Amino acid sequence: MRQLCKGNVAVVKGAILAGCRAYYGYPITPASEIAESAALYFPQVGGTFLQAESEVAAINMVYGAAAAGTRVMTGSSGPGLSLMQEGMSYLAGAELPCVIVDVMRGGPGLGNIAPEQSDYFAMVKGGGHGNYRNIVLAPASVQEMAELTMLAFELADKYRNPAVVLADGFIGQMVEPLDLEYREIHPPEKSWAVKGTPETRANLVSSICLETDELEEHQRRMEAKYIRAQEAEPLCELCYTEDAEILLVGYGIVSRVLLSTVDALRKEGVKAGLFRPITLWPYPSKTLAKAARKVEKVIVVELSNGQMVEDVHLALNGKVPVEFYGRVGGNVPSVAELQQLVLTRMSAMV
Amino acid sequence: MEVESVIGVDGLEAKSEVTAEAQSKASLEVSKDGYEPIHSKSPVFFDLYQRKSELKHQTHYCPGCGHGVVHKLIAEALQELGLQDSTIFVSPVGCSVFAYYYFDVGNVQVAHGRAPASATAIKRSCPEKIVISYQGDGDLAAIGTAEIVHAANRGEKITVFFVNNGIYGMTGGQMAPTTLVGQKSTTSPWGRRPANEGFPLHMAELLATLEAPAYIERVALSDNKNIMKARRVIRKALEIQRDDAGFSFVEILSPCPTIWGKNPVEARRWVLEKMTPTFPLNVFRDRRPEVPTGDEPLQRTVGDVLEITPKTHLHNVSTTKRAYHFKNVTIKVAGFGGQGVLLLGQLLIEMGMREGLEVSWLPSYGPEMRSGSAHCHVCLSRERIGSPLVSRPDVLVAMNEFSLRKFASEVATGGLILYNGASVPADFSAPGAQVVGIPAAEIADKLGSTKAANIVMMGALLEETECLAPGTALSVLEDKVKKPDLLEIDRRALFAGRLFIDDNAHIGAVSQSDGFA
Repeated sequence: MRQLCKGNVAVVKGAILAGCRAYYGYPITPASEIAESAALYFPQVGGTFLQAESEVAAINMVYGAAAAGTRVMTGSSGPGLSLMQEGMSYLAGAELPCVIVDVMRGGPGLGNIAPEQSDYFAMVKGGGHGNYRNIVLAPASVQEMAELTMLAFELADKYRNPAVVLADGFIGQMVEPLDLEYREIHPPEKSWAVKGTPETRANLVSSICLETDELEEHQRRMEAKYIRAQEAEPLCELCYTEDAEILLVGYGIVSRVLLSTVDALRKEGVKAGLFRPITLWPYPSKTLAKAARKVEKVIVVELSNGQMVEDVHLALNGKVPVEFYGRVGGNVPSVAELQQLVLTRMSAMV
Repeated sequence: MEVESVIGVDGLEAKSEVTAEAQSKASLEVSKDGYEPIHSKSPVFFDLYQRKSELKHQTHYCPGCGHGVVHKLIAEALQELGLQDSTIFVSPVGCSVFAYYYFDVGNVQVAHGRAPASATAIKRSCPEKIVISYQGDGDLAAIGTAEIVHAANRGEKITVFFVNNGIYGMTGGQMAPTTLVGQKSTTSPWGRRPANEGFPLHMAELLATLEAPAYIERVALSDNKNIMKARRVIRKALEIQRDDAGFSFVEILSPCPTIWGKNPVEARRWVLEKMTPTFPLNVFRDRRPEVPTGDEPLQRTVGDVLEITPKTHLHNVSTTKRAYHFKNVTIKVAGFGGQGVLLLGQLLIEMGMREGLEVSWLPSYGPEMRSGSAHCHVCLSRERIGSPLVSRPDVLVAMNEFSLRKFASEVATGGLILYNGASVPADFSAPGAQVVGIPAAEIADKLGSTKAANIVMMGALLEETECLAPGTALSVLEDKVKKPDLLEIDRRALFAGRLFIDDNAHIGAVSQSDGFA
């Protein structure tokens, strides 16, 4: 049965359905409702909520809970995520599963609290030190805020790696119907965890590999699992791409505006299509390349100066012209604006 | 080296040239011959340090280093208390980063300074277990100051062993927050000058200002007597955790002969003669803290908490079929914060959802919510909603003049503007849109609450656009408004809004012609 729910709250509902019972975080607009609803819900279902003294402490609490084998999460926005980057590197290095939600806002610096998509590089390419990847999922609706959070927990455990839910201020703040079903969840047994039991006494959670060969071997092993994830996990949505002459690419709130834009363009007889990556890492490059095979042009739209567009370039490898359109500072392009953009860029093709 | 650590100052002088490796081997050989060594190694230590890449018989600590002593005292306490199987040891960054080489317990190695944060979450994941945060002075008193203060302040039921040797050992002798005034280091080459680097931080005293900690004591590894004291204190700190009695903290003044440039004997003397005047040995806290638990939340099922069980959905589902031809509609509601602008939008989508529509609501958020203007975007649609942003609204509900003037130009051609005011300002025009002024605030006032002006506007909106059934509105209000008197006002406000449109159909036309003037 459907209920109305705010995107940020849906994250927490999804997390609880996924069996997560530990939340460590620090408030920040526009992500605070995640901490607030976690504070409300977690203790009622036997879980832990703790407001940490900083995002630095929060991510290291996540590290501790994950090391003890608990399904654990945190949520924040850009400035908080910057503080968490060291911890995320440690989590990846120690191969600890956890879910981190980034409800992006305008930057750099304190910026503002309006939506941007400018943390793409930091989350997808990794803002912490060392060779590692985050699994990154990009919801575009309240329903997906819940569902992709649930998926994030599964993937985090499957690959023993941090998974990021990368949303933006609008997806976090908007209210839409949410349809959830209760299912008994049994998170996988984590025999590697340190639980203070005789069975786990021999276990060690650490990101240290002091010897050069040892560290290289460790990284090769991580690389191998990243390759497995790249094969198995890419997700995306395609709309009207079969006969598309122009392909619009965007994620999160932008994909919603693009969907309306494609509808509007189709009414005017323009064969536009939409490609929406759902996993930003691993990027659904193969499907994008296939979808773009017959189009004349690809236009990437982001709330950034051009970050995801680099992955589109990599996926298409120069075979199709790729153009970029970005709005920043918290501005979100309107349907009319994008419609005009497409018409202008198409006329430039002729 | 563990053997060496409990040998007195005099004995040590004689043995200081014996390498730790040689000592370790000698000790093992004795064991093989069936002798019980006087100073046997605790089984809480690994027999061989297999996690090390070489020299697996010995620790990586320098001769005379205090870490070996502290390790031994902790291991023996865990052994005596029978806690080996239930202990999780958190290794920090610093010389003791490799504590997991030695302790045969569950081990977690963490980031610099963050051990109290990680230990907090480990303990909360495993509340029955013993969690030890072992930290040096750079780790605990510099980079990790916030984490230790807050873990202590929360009264986390962990035990912190704080090894204070006044220097950064692992990185080669830089200044620590506990470096003594005048003490030279590689980053205080003229000696620590308080005018430049501040005074040494007294962590035990600092933490003792907090309410929650149960036990705080400072000890020194300066001589046999003090080491035996440290032994008892370390054990007591672990007993406090075992008994679930609160946060326990032991600061251990510890020699670092290598970095201090002293031999082990001199170094121990230096702890006593130089460090203890600055860091006096004392019990700073020893009591069971009274920690109010407050109201414990009731435990409920996941379904109940998340409102996904059928039980929580016994709200009044509207039985009214949509009596009107429905057309997808986008609405912008705008006004001052406090006028119920965001709530009006939420009521509309609740109604839409109950009528089986796709709906979305997007607020202006942040500081605006607390003062100044607020607005929200509402979409009601038969199909999947693309953009939830309403940049060309079919309907604008303007709760004040500022919003009217700000958003009127966005309204789609043929759209509708509902304005909270008896008359539309004379100099206002909105070409292509129908403008209707509704004295919603006055109407609501007469009904008993100015706050119901948004519901008057909702009534007007439903009557003018026929986008949603008034019956649905009533059932939503019945579910959402808990106080009976307020519900009654809202019902009448809804009705009054509808009635105003019915009675004053001509007003809209007048405003419209004004608008086109």
